[in-house]
Amino acid sequence: MATGDLALGEVQGATIARQRVVNDFSINVATVNGSGSQSANSVLLKSIFGMGVPVSGKNLFPSNIAGLPTWYTIRASKDGYVARTRDAEVLVALNPDTAKQDVLTLPAGGVAIYEENLNLRQYRDDVFFYPVPLDKITATLCPEPKLRKLVRNMVYVGAVAHLLEIDLGVVENGLRKQFAKKVKVFELNFGAVKAGRDYAAEHLTKLDPYFIERMNQTAGKIIIDGNAACGMGAVFAGVTVVAWYPITPSTSVVEAATDLLKKFRVTPEGKATFAVVQAEDELAAIGMVLGAGWAGARSMTATSGPGISLMTEFSGLGYYAEIPGVIFDIQRSGPSTGMPTRTSQADLLSVAFLSHGDTKHIVLLPGNVKECFELGYAAFDLAERLQTPVFVLSDLDLGMNNWMSEPFDYPDKPLDRGKVLTAEDLVRLGGFARYRDVDGDAIGWRTLPGTNHPKAAYFTRGSGHNDAAGYTEKPNEYVEVMERLARKFENARKLVPGPVTVKDGTSKIGFLAYGSSDFALRESLDQIDREYGRKADYMRIRAYPFAHEIHDFVASHERVYVVEQDRDAQLASLLKLDLPADQAVKLRSILHYNGLPLDARTVTEEFATKEGL
Amino acid sequence: MATATPTPKVNHIGLPVLEYRGGKTTLCAGCGHNAISERIIEAMWEMGVEPERVMKMSGIGCSSKSPAYFMNRSFAFNSVHGRMPSVSTGAILANRTMTMLGVSGDGDTASIGMGQFVHLLRRNLPMIYIIEDNGVYGLTKGQFSATADLGSKLKTGVINDLPAIDTCALAIQLGATFVGRSFSGDKKQLLSMLKAAIAHKGTVMLDVISPCVTFNDHEGSTKSYKFMQDNDEPINEIDFVASFDEIEVDYNSGEVYEVEMHDGSNLRLRKLHEDYDPTNKANAVRTLMEAHEKEEILTGVFYIDTQKPTFIDLLNVVDEPLATLPESLTRPSKSALDGLMASLQ
Repeated sequence: MATGDLALGEVQGATIARQRVVNDFSINVATVNGSGSQSANSVLLKSIFGMGVPVSGKNLFPSNIAGLPTWYTIRASKDGYVARTRDAEVLVALNPDTAKQDVLTLPAGGVAIYEENLNLRQYRDDVFFYPVPLDKITATLCPEPKLRKLVRNMVYVGAVAHLLEIDLGVVENGLRKQFAKKVKVFELNFGAVKAGRDYAAEHLTKLDPYFIERMNQTAGKIIIDGNAACGMGAVFAGVTVVAWYPITPSTSVVEAATDLLKKFRVTPEGKATFAVVQAEDELAAIGMVLGAGWAGARSMTATSGPGISLMTEFSGLGYYAEIPGVIFDIQRSGPSTGMPTRTSQADLLSVAFLSHGDTKHIVLLPGNVKECFELGYAAFDLAERLQTPVFVLSDLDLGMNNWMSEPFDYPDKPLDRGKVLTAEDLVRLGGFARYRDVDGDAIGWRTLPGTNHPKAAYFTRGSGHNDAAGYTEKPNEYVEVMERLARKFENARKLVPGPVTVKDGTSKIGFLAYGSSDFALRESLDQIDREYGRKADYMRIRAYPFAHEIHDFVASHERVYVVEQDRDAQLASLLKLDLPADQAVKLRSILHYNGLPLDARTVTEEFATKEGL
Repeated sequence: MATATPTPKVNHIGLPVLEYRGGKTTLCAGCGHNAISERIIEAMWEMGVEPERVMKMSGIGCSSKSPAYFMNRSFAFNSVHGRMPSVSTGAILANRTMTMLGVSGDGDTASIGMGQFVHLLRRNLPMIYIIEDNGVYGLTKGQFSATADLGSKLKTGVINDLPAIDTCALAIQLGATFVGRSFSGDKKQLLSMLKAAIAHKGTVMLDVISPCVTFNDHEGSTKSYKFMQDNDEPINEIDFVASFDEIEVDYNSGEVYEVEMHDGSNLRLRKLHEDYDPTNKANAVRTLMEAHEKEEILTGVFYIDTQKPTFIDLLNVVDEPLATLPESLTRPSKSALDGLMASLQ
C-alpha cells in the first residue's frame, strides 16, 4: 500500500496508472467536537461495512463539550485488521484550527478532502487535494441555519463516497437505518449526501489510488461498541438493580442497559422489573450494589478509574462479607483525573486487590464486543456463585468505539443464582452457619432477608466474624475465615472464563495479552511472521485468578512477551506473583500507555528490538 | 408433679417479646443506646412486626453495634462508616416488602456520612433512620462530633467552637416525611414515636439524644442526662393508636393534631407548644432554629407528610421483591436478542 514512490508534485492533475490501494487504508475525519459529525462518521463507517469490507471506527475526542478538536478514524481492512494504525492515508479536514497540522501528518501520497476555504495546498505538494466548498453547498441546500451544521457533515460523506467509489445505494441504506422513522430528516441528509457526490462528480478528478471495492466479509456481522455490549450482557443476565454515577468513559454502559431495560423489562401493567438509580457518588453506587446483592438482587454498577478508587473500602466489605455484585470498570488513563477520554489498561492491579487488608477480586477481561456481552452476563452468575464482587475490566477503546462482530449468542445456560437456602431448606436443616464450608467448595450458604424461618437471619458485618457470622477477635476464628476465602479464590481459577489460545504452534516464543490489546496483537503476529519470519504463539487471558492453562503456556515457551497498555507492567506483575520463580523469569514486557489505542506496529517494533532482529 | 409454665404474653401475631430480643449488649452500663434498643424491641413487638420481615441496618460506631442487641430473628447488615444509607437503598430496592430500620450515630451520620445521609432524605427512602446522638465519638475515646452544641465542653475541658448540625432541621428541609427528636431517657415518648415510625411509609428520621455515660455525661455537656432532664422541651405529646387497637381515646379536637397513617393507625399529637402544625415545613424549621437560640432541646414529632411518594413509588417497581423475580421475568427472550442483533447489522 505504500505510495511514497510517487512523484506527486508532478502527478497532481495528471492521469496516473498507479497500483490501486483497495480496501486497505484509514480515513481520518478531523473535526470539532460538538459539531454533530458523529452521525456522518457513523454513516461513512456503515457504508464501508455495507460494501462488505471489514471496518472499524475510533473516536479520538477531548474531555470537553464543544469547540475542541476531535478526530474520527475509520480503518478499512480487507484482511480484517481492526486495530488503530499510526497513519491515516485519507484526511477529511473540517477543523480550521488543526487543518495545517492534519495535512502535514498525512503520509506522502495521501489524500486531503477539505473545506475549500482552508486552502491546504499551500502546506505541501506531495498529497492529493480535493477541495469541496462545503459551506456554499450547505447554504444552498439548507436555508435553516440551525440544521446547517449537521447537513454540512453529510455533504462530505457524499464527496468521500464518490472519491472512494462507495455505492450511493449503500450510503442510502445506511442513512435509512440511521434515521429509521424520520423520513424528513432522512431526505434532508440524503439530499446533502447527493449534493456532495454531485459536486465531486462534476468538479473533482480522481487521481489518488484509494478505493473501496465490494467484498463479502461483513455479511451477517453486527457493529456495536463494547459499552453497549456490556449493558446488553447485564440485561440478559437479568440485572434488577443498577446504581451508578456518571463518569467517562463508562456512562454509556448504564445508558445502554437502561434503554434495554425500558424496552424489555416493563410488565404489561407498566411496572418496572428493575431499578436504576443515579447515585450521589461512586461510594453510594457501590454501597447500593452491595445492599441489593445482599438482599438477593442481581446488582451492578459501571465506572472508571476515579470511581474505582472511591469504591475501594466497599469492595473490601463485599469480599469479606461475601456479597455478590458486578462492577464494570471502563478504564481510562490515570492516575488521578488523568486523561479522561484516552484509553488505558492501568487499573488491573488496583482492581485485583482493591481494598485495605488481604483482598483478592475476581476480574473478567473481555477482549472484544462479543465477550463484553458474554463475560458481562457471566459476571452475574460468578458473583452469585462465588458470593463476591466481580469486576469486568474493559477500556475506552473497546468500550466507546465501534467494532464488527459475529452476532451475540443467546446464553445457553439458565441463570446461576448460587447457594441460597429457602425456608423449606431451613425446616429440613434446622439452621445454618453462614460462613461454614459444608460442601468443601469454600462457599457457604446464604439466606435472603425475608426468608420466613426463625433461624434464617444472620448478621452481616465487615468486622471480624466466625463461620456463624458472629463477631470475633479470636485469632483462630479470624484465620479460619480468611483461609477459606483464599481457598474460594483458588477454586475460582476453574470457574472463571479460561484463556483463549489464539495461536499455539511449536514456537519457543509466546505472547500473553488481554482486552483490547488483542486487535493489535493479532495483526502484529502476522507482521512478525511476514517481516521477520518468526512464528510466535499467543494466548489471550480472560480472567483473574489465572487459569492453569496460563501456567502451562508459560511453561511450554522459552520467552513470553506480555503485551499491555500501562506503564508498570501490571499484567506481568500479577503473573509473576502467580508463577513459580523459574517461570516468572521468562516474562518480558511490551508496554504502550500514551492514551492512544495500541497499534500493531508498536508491538512489532518493540518485539524486534527485544529479540535483536 | 406437674408444673404449669406460665404462658408468656404474646402480641397480635402470637409472639412473646422474647422473640424480639437480641444478643447481650457490649456497650457501657447506662449507655443511652441500650435504652433505645429496648424501646425498639417493645415497639416492634407491640406493633406485631414479624421479625423475619425486618432488615436492621447500621454503619460504624457504638450506635451501629446496637442492632446486635435487638431482634436476633431479623436480618442485619453492619456496613461501613457513614455508608448505611446507600446499603439500605440497595437493600430496599431489592426487596421493597421488608421493613427497614437503620441505626446510626452522630459521627456516622453528620460527619463521615453526611453525603449519603442528605441523599437518603431527598429520596424519601422507606426506612426508619435513628440517630443515637451523644455528640461525641465513643470508640475513639471522646472527640466532639458535628452535632455537639456550640460552647459544650469535653471531659478534658476542650470547648466546642463550631456550630452543631441540626439533623432534624436538615431532614425536614431535604425531604424526610416523618421527623422527630426524642431522648433515650423518655420511655413513653420514644416508644410512641417508634410505633408511629413503623406505621409510616417514607423516610422516618429520628434524632434520639442518647447520653454517653463514659465520655459526655458531665457538667458542661449539652448531651448529658442532667442537661436533657433540665432542658427537654416536648413540642407535642404523642399518642399512637395502632390499626389493630380498639381503644377509643377522648380528646378535645382543638388540642390534638391527628394524622391518619398508611396502615390505618392514628397518630395523635397533643399540642403543648402554641399552635404547632407538624405539616408546615417552614414553620417546623423556624421553630427548631428559635429553640436553638433559647438553648431549649425541643423533642416530639416536628414534621409529618403521609402523602409524598417514596423513592420506590417514584421508580415504579413491581410490588414483589426484585431479588426473587423468576428468570422468565428478568432475562429477555431469545427473540429479543435476535431482534437486537438484526438491528445492528
